[in-house]
Amino acid sequence: MNLDSVLLAKQIRKTCLELVHAANASHIGGAFSVADLLAVLYANILKYDVSNADDPARDRLFYSKGHACTALYAVLKEAGFYTANDLATFSVNGSYFTTHVNHNVPGIELSTGSLGHALSVACGSALAAKRKAASWRVYCILSDGELDEGSNLEALLFAPHHELDNLTVIIDYNKIQSLGAVEEVLGLEPLADKFISFGWQVIELDGHDHEAIQTALTKPIKVGKPTVVIAHTIKGKGVDFMENQLAWHYKSPTSAQVEEAMHQLNA
Amino acid sequence: MRTAFIEQLVLEATRHDNIFLLVGDLGYSVVEPFAQQFPDRYLNVGIAEQNMTGVAVGLAREGYNVFTYSIGNFPTLRCMEQIRYDVCYHEANVKIVAVGGGYAYGPLGVSHHTTEELGMLRTIPNLNVLAPADPIEARQLTSMLCNMTGPAYLRIGKAGEPLVHAVDTILQWGRFIPVLSGVNTVVLSTGAMLKYAKDSIVANQLGYGLVSVPFIKPLNLDDLAQLSTQYERILTIEEHQRSGGFGSAILEGLHDLHEQGRISAIPRVKRVAIPDRFISVSGTQNYLRDLAGLTL
Repeated sequence: MNLDSVLLAKQIRKTCLELVHAANASHIGGAFSVADLLAVLYANILKYDVSNADDPARDRLFYSKGHACTALYAVLKEAGFYTANDLATFSVNGSYFTTHVNHNVPGIELSTGSLGHALSVACGSALAAKRKAASWRVYCILSDGELDEGSNLEALLFAPHHELDNLTVIIDYNKIQSLGAVEEVLGLEPLADKFISFGWQVIELDGHDHEAIQTALTKPIKVGKPTVVIAHTIKGKGVDFMENQLAWHYKSPTSAQVEEAMHQLNA
Repeated sequence: MRTAFIEQLVLEATRHDNIFLLVGDLGYSVVEPFAQQFPDRYLNVGIAEQNMTGVAVGLAREGYNVFTYSIGNFPTLRCMEQIRYDVCYHEANVKIVAVGGGYAYGPLGVSHHTTEELGMLRTIPNLNVLAPADPIEARQLTSMLCNMTGPAYLRIGKAGEPLVHAVDTILQWGRFIPVLSGVNTVVLSTGAMLKYAKDSIVANQLGYGLVSVPFIKPLNLDDLAQLSTQYERILTIEEHQRSGGFGSAILEGLHDLHEQGRISAIPRVKRVAIPDRFISVSGTQNYLRDLAGLTL
């Protein structure tokens, strides 16, 4: 894909905005917080073939925060897995573009939406690559809130124990979960220390800094250790009245808000 | 049954290099032959059934036929949503195996009484639900699961169950297995109740027919229709709660057959099952079955 990741991130956010507005859908805050991470991954990191979505040599991306589906649908559209017309059926009766990620859409590995599922599947995929001596990598994007799920603890123990150094987990740490601030609902800090003590290689970065993301994801792996990228992000990033606002976990923008948001995104 | 299961799994793994066994830190003196012969296709994931089921899906996506193995409620109820969403929705090639079906681990208490899972699991699309009655059935069902693609659940008992069927009995996918012929009344048994049912019918000279039904889902409506024309009365027996289990599946099947006009009348049906209760006291499998009223 020959797209500049910054331009791609801008296009992802614009598409998200159009989708949630047209469908009166939720979760644009979490879609905006993860947009830069997806942009760098699809522009510069992941190996994939849009003409053969199931290419055995592809890298596997498991997108656990399925509620922020618009960002993934948008980047896959830009990558060429389907057209804008296909995506325009988002949330329309009969469409596979459901408002939580759907594996019937080309380019999507796993349906998600129930939190705390994808990391275990990613571990299984990484284990299979190890057992088969395959060279593709496994990525898994999690939200911060879903680290509350006990199933993730099981997987977080599993990956380092089995030395899954072909697995990279990216946490979209936007600090706001469904009903409040992460630290108020169920605190995660010190998050990096937790991962280090579990045996992960930990990289912390600004999840909106493309150069930092690119550097982290191309860094040589630490043999025998899975990698976790703790990406500090801003919920609603890119539109000032959405940033760090819990309400944009739920709200769908009005036409006037879409106009203002587009103006900001195009600036 | 668990011996028959593991022996057959080892045999099939020599023929199919995609068979993978995951265990949830259980299976002492059972799974070792597999682990020793196929270390690259075996893993003890620890006491973590949700992760075990997700890992199974990840492995299955890459071409493995994955068996998850643990006791009763642990690889089933504990990770029900992983089974529903990750395994069944994605039609992953995962086989869930629970040992200790019913009251097989009776003295261990309610935590180990596996008496609700059939009802829960049979509501999930894409999942085959199987409960063998004896080692003959367990061995052949295991073989079938090694040779088919897609999700399935296998409820087996423990070690040392006697054979009920003749050793040359051949199972066919989905089909009922005739055991005794009789008049007026036929007993449909699933899982390990078959031995009791047969002994009871013979010892008490009840004259009932007896059929083993290891395939709870898919339920063979053709075989059920045939029995409905042959017998006036059906008794179902299962080591499971009365709600939602095998007897319920038979009632639903009979109603569907009648609604479709395939049978002209629904036979009288009596369900022998656990009457919506937990049993808190210690007891052997037979003691607890009696206490639950699982008698013909």
